[in-house]
Amino acid sequence: MKKGHLIGLGIIAVAIAIILTSIGDASSYESFATALEMKKEGEDKAIHVVGKLKKDEEGQVVGIAVREDKTSFTFLLVDNEGTEQQVFYNEPVPADFHRSEQVVVIGSFRNQEIFVADKILMKCPSKYQETDVQAAGI
Amino acid sequence: MIQTFVGNLGHLTTLVSFVSALITAIAYFNYFKANELDRDSWRRFSRVSFYIHALATSLIAVSLFEIIYNQRYEYFYAYSHSSKALPVHYMISSFWEGQEGAFILWAFWNVVLGLILIHTNKFWEAPVMVVFSLVQAFLISMILGVVIGDLKIGSSPFILLRDATQAPIFDLNPDFIPEDGTGLNPLLQNIWMVIHPPTLFLGYASTLVPFAFLIGGLVTKRYTGWVRPALPWAIFSAMILGMGIIMGAYWAYVTLNFGGYWNWDPVENAVYVPWLILVASIHTMITFKKSATALKTSIVLVILSFILVLYATFLVRSGVLGDASVHSFTDLGLSGQLLLYLLFFMGVAIFLAIRAWKHLPTSAHEASVYSREFWIFLGAMTLGLMSFQVILPTSIPAWNALVESFGGISNMAPPADQIGFYTKFQLWFAVVLALLTSVGQFFWWQKIDRKTLGESLVLPYVVSIILATLVIVLAKVYDWKYIIIVLTGMFTIVANAVILVKLLKKSTFKLAGGSLAHIGLGMILIGIMFSSGYSEVISLNMSGLTYSNSWEDEMNKEHVLLWINKPTQMKDYTVIYRGRQKKVVGVPEYVPAKSLAATGEVNEAIALEGFKDYIKKGDTVQVVLEENDYFKIDYLQNETLQFSLSPMSQYNEGMGGLISSPDSKIYLEKDLYTYVAAMNDFSDPEWKDDEIHEVSPGEQFHVADFVTYFDGVEVMKEIEGLVLEEGDVAVKAKIRVLDYDVEKLLEPTFIIRDNQVGKLPVIDSELGLKISLENILPEQNKFVFKVNQYQKDYVVLKAIVKPYINVLWVGTIVMLFGFTVAMYRRFDEFVKMRDKGIE
Repeated sequence: MKKGHLIGLGIIAVAIAIILTSIGDASSYESFATALEMKKEGEDKAIHVVGKLKKDEEGQVVGIAVREDKTSFTFLLVDNEGTEQQVFYNEPVPADFHRSEQVVVIGSFRNQEIFVADKILMKCPSKYQETDVQAAGI
Repeated sequence: MIQTFVGNLGHLTTLVSFVSALITAIAYFNYFKANELDRDSWRRFSRVSFYIHALATSLIAVSLFEIIYNQRYEYFYAYSHSSKALPVHYMISSFWEGQEGAFILWAFWNVVLGLILIHTNKFWEAPVMVVFSLVQAFLISMILGVVIGDLKIGSSPFILLRDATQAPIFDLNPDFIPEDGTGLNPLLQNIWMVIHPPTLFLGYASTLVPFAFLIGGLVTKRYTGWVRPALPWAIFSAMILGMGIIMGAYWAYVTLNFGGYWNWDPVENAVYVPWLILVASIHTMITFKKSATALKTSIVLVILSFILVLYATFLVRSGVLGDASVHSFTDLGLSGQLLLYLLFFMGVAIFLAIRAWKHLPTSAHEASVYSREFWIFLGAMTLGLMSFQVILPTSIPAWNALVESFGGISNMAPPADQIGFYTKFQLWFAVVLALLTSVGQFFWWQKIDRKTLGESLVLPYVVSIILATLVIVLAKVYDWKYIIIVLTGMFTIVANAVILVKLLKKSTFKLAGGSLAHIGLGMILIGIMFSSGYSEVISLNMSGLTYSNSWEDEMNKEHVLLWINKPTQMKDYTVIYRGRQKKVVGVPEYVPAKSLAATGEVNEAIALEGFKDYIKKGDTVQVVLEENDYFKIDYLQNETLQFSLSPMSQYNEGMGGLISSPDSKIYLEKDLYTYVAAMNDFSDPEWKDDEIHEVSPGEQFHVADFVTYFDGVEVMKEIEGLVLEEGDVAVKAKIRVLDYDVEKLLEPTFIIRDNQVGKLPVIDSELGLKISLENILPEQNKFVFKVNQYQKDYVVLKAIVKPYINVLWVGTIVMLFGFTVAMYRRFDEFVKMRDKGIE
């Protein structure tokens, strides 16, 4: 076999390894219900859950509880299926958290009651969608 | 009055720019096709057309900047990206905060590059400029803002606020102009954000140049001739793009609080990948010039690098990444247009490449293991695999979108632990790459066969083993993975340094680019290993608080809560939070916030007390961005102050929360990197219930937890802000509150006028206290104080030690310098050949 072929085969082998690990390590978007199922089946892989912060009638975010030492907090997230879940995050409350339109939590269930997020992604209302111009100064 | 002139000028020049780009493309095409007689006039016409395009494009930029600079908030762009409080250099950042501004910047750089190419090329002018003009037409179309029926082409930055929003205020008063804009994202209020985007976009823009030469070469059937003029530009592009990426990383390091310089975020990956491919293409092009192999690979790589830049733009700006990136990007409705742009050039390039494929020269015999081509080819392949490994998972959101657009369901998400996932591949690829550079350089400069290979590599091998051992022992590197990295990094540095010395002895500095860039790579590798692998969070929470549940106790609390004035142990330091500070114009140090009071004007304050020699009591001073608080944190060792750091934070209403910027103590061998993760908000305090104290002068008592002395009262002759009349009685109580080593004098005042009592309480926001003198009981010689508590001021801090991070920064500078030297050499070659009339 020629060297060129060997190298070619090597490259293909590495590329396949890359594809397989990418698929293997890829996470998935789940709901809290399916995430809890996974936990019960002993699957501890971190998954993504997309949801919104729980709000009261007046649109105020409720259910954020900052721990006494202020370095971590829990909050209530309602996923796209409407399931409400308490989530713990081992970081101080991130900037613009209250305002976020959508929150993606990446993590897994610690036990039946609590979901521990390793990472939080927030989608914030864009300035482009801002319709209420601040009428300051009239 | 709404000023519409600038906006109209902007619209007009956008249209002129778009049309002239199309005309230039057609004109250059005709120039290229024209016979000898007509050539000169076509050339003149094409150039004039491009000059018009250049002027129009520059005017678009000028118009937009005029809107921002003159604070014309009737325009949507200025309103949403700028504000009155912004200094001029941040107005420049406002320019490209919006996507439209970024496209203008990109188009502007293309114009500059186009002008340079017109005047440095003879033969290549026409074919290259056709490609350029077409790219410009696509770019300018992104800001056209033309609506035809349901079809919206581009998003114009020149629309008025009243047309962009449906705010009810405009029904009442169509000529309403907001007083102030909503401001620039505070994270972008950083000097690196002034220079990083232009650099990055120049990098983006310049990938077009080698691509344009390639397309020109394929069309004109100069299948090999395009390499020489394209090569210096490819190196230029890699250098600038690399610089842009590093600046972005540095900006993230000094401004964002995600704790590092690289996070494998999709947005970062999207620029990293084209850069890798670009570097690979440089190597294959150099090989081709030397030995007529690897032409096909070069063509594929040059096309890829250009297309990947467009793909990066698509990923970042189409909103596809929505759920996958910490950077939130909005869809301006340009995704279709961006996709069209991408597919058009991809289609053209693939078509031309396939058509030319069978005419391309290939070398009949296979490269030997002892040839430089072999090693460089391996290097290019490694770079290719590196890019593949990154772009594949980064594209998962795009893949989901694709599946969903065909009605399918895909719930794949990017890897949860991005850093771990990418590192486990990229690290080892980088190790392979580093080894290849050292071996490759020896093959490049020397005739080497089986025998001499061993001989020439012995010296660098031995030297690097010795140096690496020293590093491993001294810096205590005991992890086997990191030991391998130190070894390979050191080998890369030493082997390339040996080549460098040989080159400098024998010939000129001009040839040193390659070895310099590779030395940089070795340093970067070692720097990344230390600063990331051995970074240590020292702000571990030692509060001893236990939680309601056991699992929470197991978690590392990586932040520490610092109450004001309270010493807290943090690894080798005792740290004390000393209060907030402001940055004041003309004062080189930070000024304590408690000595300043806002006047109501933007960024203006009045000094309540003097500060060193800079400010006198009563001075009116200009604050640099009044929202910014700099938290003074003292670091003590053995009870002596070593240094203070002042990480910045602002409570930003618009952004809805805390925006932080780190502050680092930079040593030669490490950085101590700290940032504020949470802070006390006392803009609207919720005071606790009244506490009533009856005390006599000289008595000690406790206010909240503070030991407090009541030193007595003083009858006032005058009170600031109040004219005392005949018969008025004003009394000021002197209360000393002790908080650790700090003693504070609080003086509530009590006034009697016409049997009416007036009370002037004092509020100390640092201690979270409000004290008022409620009553005087003369017969008991007692004074009644009412105390309300809120919360002492605090910050939640994160502190990380990053060892040897400077090796990384120096390494990147060495690498960029290497690129510059190589670029100079290759451009020189091109100029010589051009002047001989060959090109």
